[in-house]
Amino acid sequence: MCDQTFLAITFGPCDNCSQNKPLMNIYLKNEPINYCSLCVELMACQGLAKGETTNTLKAESESLKAKLEEERAKLHDVELHQVAEKIEALGQFVMKTRRTLKGHGNKVLCMDWCRDKRRIVSSSQDGKVIVWDAYTTNKEHAVTMPCTWVMACAYAPSGCAVACGGLDNKCSVYPLSLDKNENLAAKKKSVAMHTNYLSSCSFTNSDMQILTSSGDGTCALWDVESGQLLQSFHGHSADVLSLHLAPSETGNTFVSGGCDKKANVWDMRSGQNVQSFETHESDINSVKYYPSGDAFATGSDDATCRLYDLRADREVAIYSRDSIIFGASSVDFSLSGRLLFAGYNDYSINVWDVLKGTRVAILFGHENRVSTVRVSPDGTAFCSGSWDNTLRIWA
Amino acid sequence: MARDMSDKEILKMELEQLKLEVNTPRIAVSTTAPEIIAFVEGKSAEDPLIRGVPEDKNPFKEKGGCIIT
Repeated sequence: MCDQTFLAITFGPCDNCSQNKPLMNIYLKNEPINYCSLCVELMACQGLAKGETTNTLKAESESLKAKLEEERAKLHDVELHQVAEKIEALGQFVMKTRRTLKGHGNKVLCMDWCRDKRRIVSSSQDGKVIVWDAYTTNKEHAVTMPCTWVMACAYAPSGCAVACGGLDNKCSVYPLSLDKNENLAAKKKSVAMHTNYLSSCSFTNSDMQILTSSGDGTCALWDVESGQLLQSFHGHSADVLSLHLAPSETGNTFVSGGCDKKANVWDMRSGQNVQSFETHESDINSVKYYPSGDAFATGSDDATCRLYDLRADREVAIYSRDSIIFGASSVDFSLSGRLLFAGYNDYSINVWDVLKGTRVAILFGHENRVSTVRVSPDGTAFCSGSWDNTLRIWA
Repeated sequence: MARDMSDKEILKMELEQLKLEVNTPRIAVSTTAPEIIAFVEGKSAEDPLIRGVPEDKNPFKEKGGCIIT
């Protein structure tokens, strides 16, 4: 017989009961454990303590969710767009592409404005991170990252450094020097370490701390100088795709959105998830705080953008149309919060009237998906990055 | 991390969270909506994208007749 299967059994002392028995080699949380079959059975039963099964937990979870909805519905006495009916409608919008920034060799994945309202940092799939002067379209700095798909980049508040990361699971900070010949990659500082890709990063109010979100389902706050983890935020049950810090006047919170269709609001100091919203029907790609800090907007793969009011603890507006069937990849508010700019996977950018819930304009120009949209710090223009390798500045 | 957690652990986490949230203080939309609107109205006057910026002051306007893209 040439077909014989041999089962090799390790025989030895069990890690748990110390008796010499045939052992089952199993892995618990990536650690190899050698238990005898009796101990494995006992362990499996202990996991279900006191009649607790996945089903009972699910049932309890559903009933709490229903109660939560009931509580929230009690305060839903009026719709935002009803209250906004008395406001005069916005005039005709004429926004054109004023600058096209070409230079990336592959899809632009992320961009950020500098506080000087003029410089922009952008990152792309080819691993390059470029700092541009938006007024002249000159490239001021270029860094090549050791990984591709640099999905996150951020400008430091001082304008002296940029942070970026992606498939390398890390967030690295590069100090920008005025000397053009200096090799920026040499000064790189690795700050954050996650166990999966970095989806988004942002400096807090200073250059000293960075907040990151990752495909491993967590967000984390790091000290730049020492690289130390200051706080981690657990609560999402799938990849976290986006985060945004509350505008400084309103305190230490941030909002994050992920593939579990949830948007969570966190307290940065305690690490506690203070509010959670689950009304989207698909992955949330982008979250942005409203300029007042009392609300936030989300853009999702279900082709809608939604506005959530934090004090009323519920969704108050949906921005959608039957003709829009592609997901929204990125959202941002204008300075006053009256306009919501959203970039979609159908290559267009839709401009919504936040209060009335209507679409004000639709902007064409990109030749592939719009991956990121950001309004400049003084509100005079907004920049969009796309998979067509370019960035466009609209004003 | 979420990927290493079993379904049961994820459900437990969600349950803890929901218990906290049922007790969060909330305000009626009829109060918060007018406040949002007031905020926006106040700031709309200075919003360059709404008000429009005169061409000579707009840093992004095209300069000269020659546009190099």
